[in-house]
Amino acid sequence: MTLAEMPFILPDLRPASAELFVLAMACLILFVDLFVKDTRRTAVFALTQLTLVGAAVVTWAGTSGEVVYTFSNMYVHDFLADMLKQLLYLTDIIVLFYARAYVVDRPLLGRGEFYTLTLFATLGMMVMISANHFITIFLGVELLSLSLYAMVALNRDSATAAEAAMKYLVLGALASGLMLYGMSMIYGAVGSLEIGEVAERLQAGVANHSILVLGLVFLVAGLAFKLGVVPFHMWIPDVYHGAPTAVGLFIGTAPKLAAFAIVLRILANGLLTLSYDWQMMLLIMAVLSIVLGNVAAIAQHNFKRMLAYSAIAHMGFMLLGLAVGVVGGDARFTLNAYSSALFYVVIYVLSSAGAFGMILLMARAGFEAEDLDDYKGLNRRNPWFAAMLMMLMLSMAGIPFFVGFFAKFAVLQAVVASGQIWLAVVAVIFSLIGAFYYLRVVKLMYFDAPADPTPIQAPLEVKALISANGLAVALLGLFPDTLMWFCLLAIRLSLSVFA
Amino acid sequence: MLENYFPVLIFILVGAVVGALPLILGWVVSPSRPDSEKLSPYECGFEAFEDARMKFDVRYYLIAILFILFDLEIAFLFPWATIFKEIVSTDTIKWFGFAEMMVFIAILVVGFVYAWVKGALDWE
Repeated sequence: MTLAEMPFILPDLRPASAELFVLAMACLILFVDLFVKDTRRTAVFALTQLTLVGAAVVTWAGTSGEVVYTFSNMYVHDFLADMLKQLLYLTDIIVLFYARAYVVDRPLLGRGEFYTLTLFATLGMMVMISANHFITIFLGVELLSLSLYAMVALNRDSATAAEAAMKYLVLGALASGLMLYGMSMIYGAVGSLEIGEVAERLQAGVANHSILVLGLVFLVAGLAFKLGVVPFHMWIPDVYHGAPTAVGLFIGTAPKLAAFAIVLRILANGLLTLSYDWQMMLLIMAVLSIVLGNVAAIAQHNFKRMLAYSAIAHMGFMLLGLAVGVVGGDARFTLNAYSSALFYVVIYVLSSAGAFGMILLMARAGFEAEDLDDYKGLNRRNPWFAAMLMMLMLSMAGIPFFVGFFAKFAVLQAVVASGQIWLAVVAVIFSLIGAFYYLRVVKLMYFDAPADPTPIQAPLEVKALISANGLAVALLGLFPDTLMWFCLLAIRLSLSVFA
Repeated sequence: MLENYFPVLIFILVGAVVGALPLILGWVVSPSRPDSEKLSPYECGFEAFEDARMKFDVRYYLIAILFILFDLEIAFLFPWATIFKEIVSTDTIKWFGFAEMMVFIAILVVGFVYAWVKGALDWE
């Protein structure tokens, strides 16, 4: 067969224009970074932020609500992808502003690589969000992970950072291997890697069930690792703790959005027919994560480690929403369940960004503000930021009328609707136990004497952003409807169940 | 529903056995008559003159990474080059087939220039 006889359709590049833009700008910034002599890297920082704003504009211009496939169906452009990408750019912009002063004070971190790796990781996450093919998903995951490994190790003189990077690399490689293995098994069973086609062939019911389940176990294990849920959570505390706070902020926020996207696309779009099998796995992991995360966080004295365990518990809660989407083939509650999980992950990213942002705000050259004791008496040192951190903590704990409460409430509503009352009871009990360690931070700030009277110095934009972040948590708690509406819309327009 | 996972258990057991059995067999069955020649790292002649577990220069890693990069470039470039004539004489993919490779090379050039200016290619 000659080349002319082979069927070939030129790929439509327009749906992927945001990715192409970010890639081109990342390459450009790599060049610019080589030739700027400025040690503060102001030009690189500004260009990176402009790239993210530009990507937001490009994505905005292409938003239609229709589902468009391109690159031989390997790539999908839909409203869910657009929404998650916009949130991703926003998170990145906030992260870079928070991290700016911190990395400038630390010579090993403040080099151009911090910004270019952030952009490449962002590109990886964009690919993950828009992936419609197992290979594309893997490509995105690897681009993200490889950038993150390097970012954790940026502070190469620190033994804890090197240890964290090493653990992350080894365990991450293992998880990638598990995921690839699962994908290959599923390919062996159905003969396709494209998510839509996998779903069709599963529906037709020709595949060998035990091979499928074997593949599914490995695939879910790989995904669980990327989300960081029990029993694949071991890397989370070490990486959050060991990584420079600026990098911890990045790892703790944006990748959760992308991980949510691939979990939803693989399990809910591709393997929905197997929901009976994966729901059980998700439920077990969710309950274990909520229990272990909330209990282990109580024992922590390091704020970053505490946030790491809290992240495990939150991801467990989010999984609850995903696990109760389809009950015995009944898809009535699917929309509510999946959109509650989306809402939960968005709110988690917002609160987590704020909490890490506070650590960065308190940190200065030579001082990390990592210990919970560093927050003693914050109210007397600076009542405004103490109030902001209090609102973030109360929201994470799920106290009513902060947005974290509505996120938990929406997930619990979905759980109850699915008829699994005991699950909701377990989740509520352990959230109450978890409230203890969030309230302990509040107690330290308001009722203890300050240990360190140094006034907080931070650039004006960081102070403004932290304030906006804290107030957003309170205001969204009063008006959660708009965001919830967007989440419902994204799920309804983009999931193949509703097509 | 647990019986669905039975194949997974079997699989893990088989995997463990396949991994462990040759080692155990080799250890149990094979004759063991060590002497100093057999235990030396290079039985064929080289005298070992240093411990292999030493620190070595990070530059080797750089060379290895750059090698992989350009090795892969060739792996993609070579098949493309062999059908290049056919690509440019086929109307549907004439420009696409050409541009695709140019973009690929351009991205690699960015990395190459970056490595060069950062000094990854200087041995001293």
